Amino acid sequence: MRHLIDILELSVEELDSLIATAMDIINNPEKYAHKCDGKKLATLFFEPSTRTRLSFEAAMYELGGNVLTMADAGSSSAAKGESVADTAKMISCYADIIAMRHPKEGAPLVAANNASIPVINAGDGGHHHPTQTLADLLTIYREKGGFNDLTIGLCGDLKFGRTVHSLISAMSRYKNIKFVLISPDELRVPDYVINKIVDSGHKFVQLQSLEEAMPQIDILYMTRVQRERFFNEEEYLRLKDSYILDIDKLKTAKSDLVIMHPLPRVNEISVAVDNDSRACYFTQALNGKYMRMALILKLLGIE
Amino acid sequence: MNIDSIKNGFVIDHIAAGKGMKIYKLLGLSDLSCQVAMIMNAQSSKTGKKDVIKIDADIDLDTHILGYVDPGITVNVIKDSKIVEKKKIELPERLTNILYCKNPRCITSTEQELSHEFVLTDKQRRIYRCIYCDSEA
Repeated sequence: MRHLIDILELSVEELDSLIATAMDIINNPEKYAHKCDGKKLATLFFEPSTRTRLSFEAAMYELGGNVLTMADAGSSSAAKGESVADTAKMISCYADIIAMRHPKEGAPLVAANNASIPVINAGDGGHHHPTQTLADLLTIYREKGGFNDLTIGLCGDLKFGRTVHSLISAMSRYKNIKFVLISPDELRVPDYVINKIVDSGHKFVQLQSLEEAMPQIDILYMTRVQRERFFNEEEYLRLKDSYILDIDKLKTAKSDLVIMHPLPRVNEISVAVDNDSRACYFTQALNGKYMRMALILKLLGIE
Repeated sequence: MNIDSIKNGFVIDHIAAGKGMKIYKLLGLSDLSCQVAMIMNAQSSKTGKKDVIKIDADIDLDTHILGYVDPGITVNVIKDSKIVEKKKIELPERLTNILYCKNPRCITSTEQELSHEFVLTDKQRRIYRCIYCDSEA
């Protein structure tokens, strides 16, 4: 039985196969409408995350399956003192597959070690969020036709952004990738993530300015820079606007740039950019649903 | 200084000077009823000083702990007062309840019954990471 806790548990071949399934779902949705008839997905969300939960639930419904939801799990079982291990054993009696979001890092792994059904990590604190990376990868695939020979700009909070770390890990496995890491000094990518890039033989540069990076990048992955991440207010005020993407900054960008964001967006991408044909962040959310459908099929062993 | 030779048991040799007590505690040797000799700052031709522990009983020795504390250690297995095996200790791949995760965001911080598990992720730099949250030990 397979689980998905960390994106790196999936080989490049398995990712290719998931993307192929997702593409087939996009092209032939009716073929998949009853694949999960009689199956139940339990969504256990120990912290609020409406969009990820709804994406999982939409994915299961579109496969013909049903959903058991514990949307406010943090105030039910956990509040009564039930351990993650016990919750996983109990849910295994009712459902066929679990999607779990938990504020504590490693909680989905504990669930996987105790459940008798597959467990999908739907985000554990600031640690892993593999299905977001699946959404990111399908977006890159659909927009760029593959994963090799790309310059990827990652902008914003690169220190605490788990989606950034997972995407770097996943993309490091492909050929001729260049990472342009755009962040204030305080929010640079941690050394252990840099080591992954170096070990995989790819190039990277660290910049403070989005404008400087813009002309060379094929993909721009935006994240939010939060005020509370800065050590001093002056530095925040000096830099905050540098990490807001607006129409002006896009003037020097490539015409086939792909703009991505894991959402929710607050103000780091100006609303005016939404109408630009290069903005792909809402399609990215849709792609997340397709990849979750493909993943559910894979983990349930349904062809 | 005379210490009785042991009949059946172990001599943990070449412990870096000063680390003997740590190993004594981690192995829980104070709980044993057999003779245990703790020799500190013994003369060593290789390192100048070393610690040595002699255990006069055929216990189930956790060599993982030894490897983590000091991979330079050797363990001599004694049977009928003779050395029958010299074990070279290596850095263990996995440690259970030897290191404790200090990350307050880790699931081990709230679920008390979970064992603390660390795996070796970088042998050269001797880096162990928590299996749950990837925090460095």
